[in-house]
Amino acid sequence: MKPESIKEQSRKWEEALTKAADEKYCLRLYVTGSTPKSIRAITNIKQICEEHLKGRYTLEIIDIYQQPVLAKGEQIIAAPTLIKRLPLPLRKFIGDMTNSDRILLGLDLRPVKNSKEVNGKNK
Amino acid sequence: MMKIKNTKAKKLQPLEKISSGISGLDEITGGGLPKGRPTLVCGNAGCGKTLMAMEFLVRGAVEHNEPGVFMSFEENEEELTRNVASLGFDLNALSAKKKIVLDHVRIERSEIEETGEYDLEGLFIRLNHAIDSIGAKRVVLDTIEGLFAALPNHAILRSELRRLFRWLKDKGVSAIITAERGDGLLTRHGLEEYVADCVILLDHRVNEQLSTRRLRVVKYRGSVHGTNEYPFLISKDGFSVLPVTSMGLDHPASSERISSGVERLDTMLGGKGFFRGSSILVSGTAGTGKSSIAAAFVDAAARRGERSLYFAFEESQNQILRNMKSISLDLEPWVRKGLLQFHASRPSLCGLEMHLLTIYDAVRKFKPRVVVMDPVTNLISVGTEIEVRSMLTRLIDFFKTEQVTALFPSLTTGDNTSQSEVAIASLMDVWVLLRNIESGGERNRGLYILKARGMEHSNQIREVLLSNNGIGLVDVYAGPSTVLTGSARIEQEGREKAEIDRRKAQMDRRQREIERERGVTEAQVAVLKAGLEAKIEALNQEITDETLLEQVNAKSRFNIAANRQADVEPKLKNNGTNRIH
Repeated sequence: MKPESIKEQSRKWEEALTKAADEKYCLRLYVTGSTPKSIRAITNIKQICEEHLKGRYTLEIIDIYQQPVLAKGEQIIAAPTLIKRLPLPLRKFIGDMTNSDRILLGLDLRPVKNSKEVNGKNK
Repeated sequence: MMKIKNTKAKKLQPLEKISSGISGLDEITGGGLPKGRPTLVCGNAGCGKTLMAMEFLVRGAVEHNEPGVFMSFEENEEELTRNVASLGFDLNALSAKKKIVLDHVRIERSEIEETGEYDLEGLFIRLNHAIDSIGAKRVVLDTIEGLFAALPNHAILRSELRRLFRWLKDKGVSAIITAERGDGLLTRHGLEEYVADCVILLDHRVNEQLSTRRLRVVKYRGSVHGTNEYPFLISKDGFSVLPVTSMGLDHPASSERISSGVERLDTMLGGKGFFRGSSILVSGTAGTGKSSIAAAFVDAAARRGERSLYFAFEESQNQILRNMKSISLDLEPWVRKGLLQFHASRPSLCGLEMHLLTIYDAVRKFKPRVVVMDPVTNLISVGTEIEVRSMLTRLIDFFKTEQVTALFPSLTTGDNTSQSEVAIASLMDVWVLLRNIESGGERNRGLYILKARGMEHSNQIREVLLSNNGIGLVDVYAGPSTVLTGSARIEQEGREKAEIDRRKAQMDRRQREIERERGVTEAQVAVLKAGLEAKIEALNQEITDETLLEQVNAKSRFNIAANRQADVEPKLKNNGTNRIH
């Protein structure tokens, strides 16, 4: 590998890092009516988004009972399912979103330094 | 089943079944799969689970007007469509007609993060939506176990699957759920615990380099079913199970007789030939003329205007055509006219079941009245004796049901009756045995009929003469102590003819001798007669002379007496001497 290309790569890397900080998040939550799990999931995800993504996210909540066609299109099998459509890569979270650690990890929002703090909060 | 339902009280309503659409499976299960219940189909990779499920769905949609949903956890719609296109199923067209819905459930383990409690309601909704969109009656979940790999929380998954199968039952759809075979278990994740109404196990075994697929109904709640392992096949027409035990022995028996194509053989069989629809075994060692007899039989069928099918396991079509020309059996025109079809293949090309199916297919398509399987013994190289026997039983049953007369040339080695032959001979109606008769430094072909069910037949041995005049059967020379064939027979016949000639000549000579003797005798008689005549003549002359003399004497005596003037006048009397004639 050429030295220039290494330089180039590190430059891109830096760029991506700074960009990530203010990237827009496009989230969709698929729920099944007003089951306890659905309600828990809605509450939890809203809380997480407000805490970590304030001002740079869109969250759509879709009831698949109402729109069963979407279940096929989005390859939904479990409920509730949260789909992170943007930024790429696409990622799916299933469950009632009580494990916010995993969500944050999956959303690339987990700053290493305050992991202990969040854990403590959850407990 | 409907009848029972109508006539009997509702409480006695038996388990309703729906046709699986898979030939043979309905026979084993006594009508098909349980209606409105899930059926588990399990088996190892590549044993045909998906195909069976797909055929269940497609046949349901096409033949029984029961739309179906295929939910695949492995292959996507396009792959599925392409895979089953080779079986002649056009899924695109069926989808367009709203007969079938394909739904591919794609789950990537890497994309999914579990974040708490969840259920599979999404799957239920999808399935429900798919079912309702076309009013599906049949559902297939192809390897739902795929979920176990995708979702780490197996406790949730299990309870959800239990709920799913319950839900399917409540929904009233007949479902097939496929699953991979596990170690020591029917399925890898113990799905048989949940889907317990009907379990079908598919198996794919390789034995002596030939693979056979087998199917077994492990369990069928509320119904009797065949418990054996049944071979099944995946061919270009789909899935088919070949049950042997489900076939009853109730095929029709025709009393029509058909010619064997060899005149003298017909004569031996009561003068009329074989029964139509009978099975004929022609056994013999190599080079005894089995194929020739088969060809003559086929030729005779074609002359009657009947179609025949020739399965050749040793020779190619062209080879047979060429070889049969040497005994002036020209089969080529029949092939051209479409009265004769050849199916030449090596027996080791595929397993017995595949052969069986090929034969079934060919017979169903071509609808022949006569079938030849030359030689049937070559199939033994494909399977064990038991398998071959069971296959032949099925085959013969099939031929009889179709009223096809089948001729099975069978190659034997060494002794004139080998083990394999005895095993299949009991299935046959007629057994013609060809054998080599070796004597006087030459080999000749002998033919006799070992058995012929339901017809009188000759117990004589005949000699088979294969020449460019065709197949001829001639009487052998059966003397008091020996049976002679070939040149020994010709020689013996020559000897007998010479003997007859000699005796005839002798007779003639003696007759001539007598004739001559008669001539001589007659000549002698004539001579003697002539002598006698001469003597009689002489005697008569003498008598005449004597009479004259006497008359003269008397006259003279009278005259003398007159002269002497005697007192008694002498009479001129006849002294009684007569002439001899």
